[in-house]
Amino acid sequence: MTGDPSKMSCAEFQAQLPELVSSGRDASAHPHVRSCELCRALLADLETIAEAARQLFPSVEPADTVWKNIETALERGDDHADTLDAGVAPNIPGRGGPGA
Amino acid sequence: MPDSPSPTQAPEHVRSSRSSDSAPAAKRSNHFTPANPPSPLEAEVLARAQAGDHQAFAQLYALHKRRIYSLCLRMVGNIAEAEDLTQEAFLQLHRKIATFRGDSAFSTWLHRLAINVVLMQLRKKGLSLISLDEAMEPTPEEGPSRSFGAPDLKLVGAIDRLALERAVADLPAGYRLIFILHDVEGFEHNEIASMLDCSIGNSKSQLHKARLKLRDALRAQSRQEERS
Repeated sequence: MTGDPSKMSCAEFQAQLPELVSSGRDASAHPHVRSCELCRALLADLETIAEAARQLFPSVEPADTVWKNIETALERGDDHADTLDAGVAPNIPGRGGPGA
Repeated sequence: MPDSPSPTQAPEHVRSSRSSDSAPAAKRSNHFTPANPPSPLEAEVLARAQAGDHQAFAQLYALHKRRIYSLCLRMVGNIAEAEDLTQEAFLQLHRKIATFRGDSAFSTWLHRLAINVVLMQLRKKGLSLISLDEAMEPTPEEGPSRSFGAPDLKLVGAIDRLALERAVADLPAGYRLIFILHDVEGFEHNEIASMLDCSIGNSKSQLHKARLKLRDALRAQSRQEERS
């Protein structure tokens, strides 16, 4: 690998990209990006994807029955059963359990 | 059990907490900081829940249900299953809440718990197990060369939400999990590393690979749309 960032290959630059992007530094200011159209496009795409991901912030709620089932289970003391740890979920009210 | 408030909406002072379901505003400013101490009011609700106060536990549920449910839903892709997993995660929370010592943010701790519930379910089903483990392990053979692409295939403008949802749903489970936790939920790499028992470097590298896979998928979708 060359020590001069402006003489990096695309592979060398992209190997550094995860660290560079997560550092918060302006990756587009990197000398390789300024001279490489492919890596500039890649960087722009990755930024677009990260930006678009914010649209996906949770907006859906579980059905009210989920809380009702939790309350029912707590009343029965079912939270003390290590249900999934045991590979089964027998005491959880809801679909598939006897409390359904 | 005492009467509990409706968990569909927490009191306003609790809803204002940044590490809860109301966090998107903070996320917009490039990630909230769940590693910081909770607000005094949130800490009070948490302390009461730890002491066995059912009303406080209901408030915690109201605060975190959306994020936990959404995580479950995106990981299993099925509403009924996601609801069951959400239920199980909060039952485990009720059982273990007294053991929370505040070494990490409560939201991080709760997500770790929920992730374990989800992963156990995925492993039980035998689905996505390989891809999940692959995502947790460094895969040096999967080099950056795959990300090269012609400039004319660059993603242009805003990405359609549905297209992105589809592409995320098609990601291997491990990549999907890291992408959701970091880019959607706003957790930092050190928190994700703690949740998934992997290194910070691994979290960064797997997130990068997840984004590359999404880029490939979105470009493929664009090409398909152009042809049709």
